Amino acid sequence: MDIQPKMPKSWNAATKPHKFCPGCGHGLILKALGQVIDEMGIQDRVVFGCDIGCSLLSWDFFNVDTVQTHHGRTTPVMVGIKKARPDRIVIAYMGDGGGYAIGSQHLVNAATRDDKITVILVNNTVYAMTGGQMAPTTMPGQKTETTPFGRDVEQAGYPMMGPEMVAAITQEGAYVARGSVAKFRKLKEYIRKALENQIAMRGFSFVEALSTCPTNWRTNAEKTWEFVEKIMPEQYPLGELKVPVIKEG
Amino acid sequence: MGIIEGEKKAFMTGNEAVAWAALVAGAEIMYGYPITPQNEIMQYWTRLAPKHGRKFLQTEDELSAGFTTIGGVLTGKRAFTATAGPGNVLMQEPMSMAEAMRIPTVVVVQQRGGPSTATVIYSQQEVTLTCFGGNGEGLRVVYSTSSHQELYDYTIKAFNTAWKYRFPTFVLADGYQAKMRESLVLYDPEERGIEMVPTEPFVGKPGMPGEDRPPAHLRNTYNIEEELEEVLKKDIQEYEQMAPEIIEYDEFNTDGADVLVIAHGVVFRSAAMAVRKLADEGLKVGYFRPITLRPFPQEQLRQAAAKAKQLMVVESAYGQLLKLVKDNLYGMDLPIHTHLRPGVGVTPEEVVADLRTVLEGRED
Amino acid sequence: MGEAVRIAIAGEGGQGVQSVAMILTEAAALDGKEFLYIPNFGVEQRGGVSIAFVQIGDEKIGAPKFKTGDIVIALSDRAVRRMGMHVGSETLFIYDASIKDVEDDLPKNAKKIMAIPALETANKELHPRVFNVLIMGAVIGVTKVVSLEKAKEAIEKKLGYKFEQNPELRELNFKALERGYQLVAEMGVA
Repeated sequence: MDIQPKMPKSWNAATKPHKFCPGCGHGLILKALGQVIDEMGIQDRVVFGCDIGCSLLSWDFFNVDTVQTHHGRTTPVMVGIKKARPDRIVIAYMGDGGGYAIGSQHLVNAATRDDKITVILVNNTVYAMTGGQMAPTTMPGQKTETTPFGRDVEQAGYPMMGPEMVAAITQEGAYVARGSVAKFRKLKEYIRKALENQIAMRGFSFVEALSTCPTNWRTNAEKTWEFVEKIMPEQYPLGELKVPVIKEG
Repeated sequence: MGIIEGEKKAFMTGNEAVAWAALVAGAEIMYGYPITPQNEIMQYWTRLAPKHGRKFLQTEDELSAGFTTIGGVLTGKRAFTATAGPGNVLMQEPMSMAEAMRIPTVVVVQQRGGPSTATVIYSQQEVTLTCFGGNGEGLRVVYSTSSHQELYDYTIKAFNTAWKYRFPTFVLADGYQAKMRESLVLYDPEERGIEMVPTEPFVGKPGMPGEDRPPAHLRNTYNIEEELEEVLKKDIQEYEQMAPEIIEYDEFNTDGADVLVIAHGVVFRSAAMAVRKLADEGLKVGYFRPITLRPFPQEQLRQAAAKAKQLMVVESAYGQLLKLVKDNLYGMDLPIHTHLRPGVGVTPEEVVADLRTVLEGRED
Repeated sequence: MGEAVRIAIAGEGGQGVQSVAMILTEAAALDGKEFLYIPNFGVEQRGGVSIAFVQIGDEKIGAPKFKTGDIVIALSDRAVRRMGMHVGSETLFIYDASIKDVEDDLPKNAKKIMAIPALETANKELHPRVFNVLIMGAVIGVTKVVSLEKAKEAIEKKLGYKFEQNPELRELNFKALERGYQLVAEMGVA
């Protein structure tokens, strides 16, 4: 008999096993988030918002209040909730297309306004739900359905460095990090810090999570892991980009 | 203690009237993005709101204004926004979501000239957009006001309609109504016996989700056609069931009218003046004014039209009300004359002149 | 809806056209009348001609805008040209006598055209800054839509905060109001 790892309490058991493709990183990121929610004991205070793209499949993933929004619009919905109910812990969960392309104005402005929300953005370098087109995060030279000969930066432009941008435009109280499903413990730590930062109302909190998409990458297990663990960090360095200055007393 | 003691006659702009109405209706938060001619709604709100513990957020665009409004409503607050023209175009995306998820948003629209940036002044060209914008069936409520008193009354009412029936609700006015000053009577709804429909949070209710209560899992995405159809069937049925309860209209002298004039919003004022002037002369003219453009007073218009020989549609658009009228009169054989002025105000004299032409049979 | 008096005042930005409309309508409100006032607020307003459309009557006003006014007042050459479209056979067209080279641009279809020396009177007898109040006096003189007493009350209400620091201003404004009223009376219009 296989021994299954314990499911986070905040997960909605009725919708498991989840609907993500085999080898998809979403499950790991949502597991990290679920564990953090459990450990922090905030299940009854969280409002979770998910975007369009594969992230929408998380609309009934947790036993927490959840709103599935439009492509790119999760940030403003969660900002609206936070403004009206500052005592809620709001989490905007989205992909790279939603956060960095169609909804980039919302990310930039929420970060600049220093809205006290937590954004978790999944970077898997492709538009996965729509079948593997180029994303803002597609790496130079990477092949996708709309860059069949590899991303030519002269023609298709450069990838978006999200956390670097967010770190540059936020206030001192912001928390900004880039984690990876390949470094699960670190990723979990970043998510936890991001939520703690929101609860302390210090500032905007942002975690980009490097993730996998074997379906659209057309990679086997080994190649998938190699891409997320070794190749992606060459373009997208891991670590904390901004840690809030915590005032004593 | 009420915000307004007793009945208070005041002269103000329509934008100011909207801000006061939202305040007395118990709106708790406004989200908005600047666009002429609605700017002063935000400007008055940001001056009034802090005194009464209400909030405001200026967003980065109308997409955000609409979606943050949705966020506010989801927490159970009376939240609203206001927009116009190109902003109303962007507003259709969030309002489409509100329609899909039965989120009781309130939006005040001050129509300006279109298409595109056009003028910042005035028009009635956002009728189709406000009634049927979005990739759906137009399951919303649209009140078309014609005076400051109505802007005030219907802004209050919009919150109640939205929260009672859970369809996005629009107050559709225009640049003239936004910017002009005229008199109205301010009042606290409670003092007039108007009870504000209680609100209810969609998310963040007390208790542990999954234990004390089911978690809110709100979505607008469906996997299969039939799943969507089931949701829409229910929504459409509830919309049609609600319609007779909220349909509003006004009519005058419809019995045996040689010409029945149909107009809405501020243009109705000119149409009504023209009709009354000619009626005073003994001519057989009447008017019909839809106040709710969605849902449309179909039966009422058909009854009035059945008693008339011919119709005349008057609007500051090139046939948007006309299209609604034709849709709702389908199968009735009546000549329809028009006075269509896209993006331009209509004066009573112009309507009188056109009516005389029609009455005297001089029109081709 | 009764017959309201329709007044359109047009001038350059800074001539105080909208202030005149604000004070005039305030006076109407104090007088227990109804009014509807709408400024032109298009992009024209920026660096263009500023126009105030005012209707005052005993009953609620009907349509917000009108094609032709009972009284149309132009305070600059551009305003003279701009306001021609609002003049009809029932219109009294008033312009400032100091405006030059507009003879050919004056409306051809007005009931009556008057050039009043408002700017000159303000400059010589009073102060250039009360030019607009003098115009308001002239408007009241020809229309009698409000009483001079209510106009003074309205001035007090709108500008009282300025008078506190400089009481002489009050007298200056009241004089300008009366002088404007007289000006049209002397011309036999009032």
